[in-house]
Amino acid sequence: MAPKAGQPAAAANSPLQTLWKAYTDTTPDRLKFIDSFLLFLMLSGVIQFVYCILVTDFPFNAFLAGFSSTVGQFVLSASLRSQVNPDNKEEFKEVSPERAFADFALGSIVLHFFVYNFLG
Amino acid sequence: MRTAYPIPQNLSPETVNNTASLLRIVALILISGAAIASRLFAVINFESIIHEFDPWFNFRATKVLASEGFYEFWNWFDPTAWYPLGRVVGGTIYPGLMATSGVIYNVLHALHLPVDIRNICVLLAPGFSAFTAWSTYMFTKELKDESAGLLAAAFIGIVPGYISRSVAGSYDNEAIAIFLLMFTFFCWIKALKSGSVLFSTVAGVFYFYMVAAWGGYVFITNMIPLHALVLLLMGRFSSRLYVAYSSWYAIGTLASMQVPFVGFQPVKTSEHMAALGVFGLLQIVAFAQLVRAHVSSKQFQSLLYYAVVATGLLGAIAFALLTYKGWIAPWTGRFYSLWDTGYAKKYIPIIASVSEHQPTAWPAFFMDLQFLIFLFPAGVALCFRQLRDEHVFVIIYAVMASYFAGVMVRLMLTLTPVVCVSSAVALSALLDTYIDPQEPLEDQEESKERTKAPDASNGATTHQDSTPVSPAMPKKGKKAAATAASSSSATKTQTTSSTVTFILDALSSSSTKKSSSSKPRGIFGFDARLAVILNTIGMLLFFVYHCTWVTSTAYSSPSVVLASSNSDGSQHIIDDFREAYYWLRQNTEKDAVVMSWWDYGYQIAGFADRATLVDNNTWNNTHIATVGKAMSSSEEVAYPILRKHDVDYVLVIFGGLLGYSGDDINKFLWMVRIAQGVWPDEIQEANYFTPNGEYRVDNQASNTMKNSLMYKMSFYRYPDLFGGGQATDRVRQQSIPSPGPTLDILDEAYTTENWIVRIYQVKKDDFLGRDHKTANAFAQGKRRRKAKPPVRRKALLA
Repeated sequence: MAPKAGQPAAAANSPLQTLWKAYTDTTPDRLKFIDSFLLFLMLSGVIQFVYCILVTDFPFNAFLAGFSSTVGQFVLSASLRSQVNPDNKEEFKEVSPERAFADFALGSIVLHFFVYNFLG
Repeated sequence: MRTAYPIPQNLSPETVNNTASLLRIVALILISGAAIASRLFAVINFESIIHEFDPWFNFRATKVLASEGFYEFWNWFDPTAWYPLGRVVGGTIYPGLMATSGVIYNVLHALHLPVDIRNICVLLAPGFSAFTAWSTYMFTKELKDESAGLLAAAFIGIVPGYISRSVAGSYDNEAIAIFLLMFTFFCWIKALKSGSVLFSTVAGVFYFYMVAAWGGYVFITNMIPLHALVLLLMGRFSSRLYVAYSSWYAIGTLASMQVPFVGFQPVKTSEHMAALGVFGLLQIVAFAQLVRAHVSSKQFQSLLYYAVVATGLLGAIAFALLTYKGWIAPWTGRFYSLWDTGYAKKYIPIIASVSEHQPTAWPAFFMDLQFLIFLFPAGVALCFRQLRDEHVFVIIYAVMASYFAGVMVRLMLTLTPVVCVSSAVALSALLDTYIDPQEPLEDQEESKERTKAPDASNGATTHQDSTPVSPAMPKKGKKAAATAASSSSATKTQTTSSTVTFILDALSSSSTKKSSSSKPRGIFGFDARLAVILNTIGMLLFFVYHCTWVTSTAYSSPSVVLASSNSDGSQHIIDDFREAYYWLRQNTEKDAVVMSWWDYGYQIAGFADRATLVDNNTWNNTHIATVGKAMSSSEEVAYPILRKHDVDYVLVIFGGLLGYSGDDINKFLWMVRIAQGVWPDEIQEANYFTPNGEYRVDNQASNTMKNSLMYKMSFYRYPDLFGGGQATDRVRQQSIPSPGPTLDILDEAYTTENWIVRIYQVKKDDFLGRDHKTANAFAQGKRRRKAKPPVRRKALLA
């Protein structure tokens, strides 16, 4: 996942730099790919939220549907990321990466079924 | 290996497995059969009808669904309920129950099995109880093993705490809700154990089904986050927890908002905020874990730790602020009264007036759960001993559900599954220990020695005397001797010419090691096993007997039909309710409006098919208070209320003749209290008591009581029934003053055979513009002299 920018401001620059370096060095490309998707989803969610705060929340169900589609997709992708992460292999004994992807697809389909139903 | 009883030796593992699974299937089928059969007492003893009050509405809605289709049902506006207002049914119910029966109805009709919708509704709850047994089996299997699962399934199949809400004819939301509860919990546990999104998706979908079915879904939305939170606090965060919880929450919450009755509640009310808070917390913790994996600096980790705590606190403060500001609705009264048990009685009498909302008495626990209530704590203790993630869940569930069941009788229903599960765990642990044929290790060697050579035992006894350990431990001495003997026999067969000292050394070392490090644990002998197992089987048999007895006597009577037994033991059915409802259905105008207390609203709509003022869905308290005011005030005050609401008929329940205690005079004080809540200066509860503070209906009753419409309607013409003798009210055990009350604004329209239901017709305005009292007095005065005027009046009216 992308480093959270202004979070540990007190810790100067070096921990953030080490974090970024460690991340770019050790993370496999697949996970980076998922991470970029996560970043996109996060930005999309933030934009929707800001729009809701600044402009209007009038069709509240539409806002909720859009926002929870990004949140839900984010969560599902983050779950996929931790399931296919080779470091977590011993934690997910029953879930192979292929099965994780199938689960991810199923979860997303169910999620978006409800999203489109709720958009109204 | 020595066993306590002979077991077949040369069986292949496949045979054992196949036999075990066959036995499991047979057992589950039998459990389903028992679960269904034990719920049919009411159908067999009486008839296949819907019981109670609430199910009548569900049944009516299901009929709409079956006859007019799903879209009509979804957009159904019922103009006859809450008469002047009407009710948007689609947006004010949990449609899961009706949708389930509708689907079953359509499937059966597609298969050319034209079953009446009423029979589907009546038999839905027994059918789903079989599914409940199965899902409890699956749940307990995750907790312990299949044998515990079978025990739990057997328990929940017949336990009265669950049967009480799911007998045939009890077409209520709880009928399918307990199955959904258990299955959602099973999926949650499974998702947590495997870390698979598949199971949390299924958990989310079944959570959605549960939300559509029952208002008790709030229990799930708070149980699962609580479990996740406790796991976090115990330091058991894992990626599996993140995966299971986050995807369950994301899918489940969005899905739950599709139910119109729930709407935006999951993001706007306090009941759902725990789930959102834990969701946010898990994201933070997961992110911190990820960062920790990349950085090893100690300082940075502590910084992160503080960041996590600070963000958590900030989130909590934000929630508090939002609640305070009113962006998030506070707890509704119904849930708040679970925490502050005096709240409902003080502020919302309508919640306190329902008998199911009272605290539970001790005997109720034994009545509903029998010996499971004793095994329940033992099972929870066993969960503490293993304490895997799913055991933590059961412990939390047990604690929360016990509290709620103690506060409210009705919530015994949510306690029952966990009682069954944890008792099954305890009992199965007991049976595992006592059925296990394997004797403890020491005994095995003793047996080997016994079979080998009788002379070795002689040597052993001589050695035993010389063993230095045995006198020190008299109780363990026998076992120590046994080990000594076995080892000595073994050494003897190997080397007979070894020195005594060497043996002694070996003996002392081995026996001390045995007695100190690995004490012989286990059950010795067949008789000890038999004693315990027979006791357990006895308890189980008594449990079955108790369940059947409770179900048949206490929980299987339709409240529509009252049964009493004659002196010769035969059954006498009192069917006054239906008699009155069918009179209403057949002898009144199609659009007549019936006023009654809200308890009977659904039944009048269901049986009599007439518009009602208030019904069991108590969403408009003021409207109910209006009816309460009309019932509890004098005729002059009540008449304008009746006229303004277009009331044609007033229906009261009177049990004085028969001793039926659930009548309207006994509910009268609640009407007064609810009316007093809205019009405190017109209705005062104290006015209805005697100066001594007693609630009486005889000639000591207060004037307000005697003048109230309810009193007059209940006792109108009642003393005449006794032909001048003492008129006794059999419920209150008081005598009614002989010239009974008179009614000016109402005409008695119908009174049933046993006087249980009395229906009065509201008089129209007097044609000469007089008030009813003078008109009545005039008519009575006239009637003494001539019989003509009433006839003329009739002609004029027409």
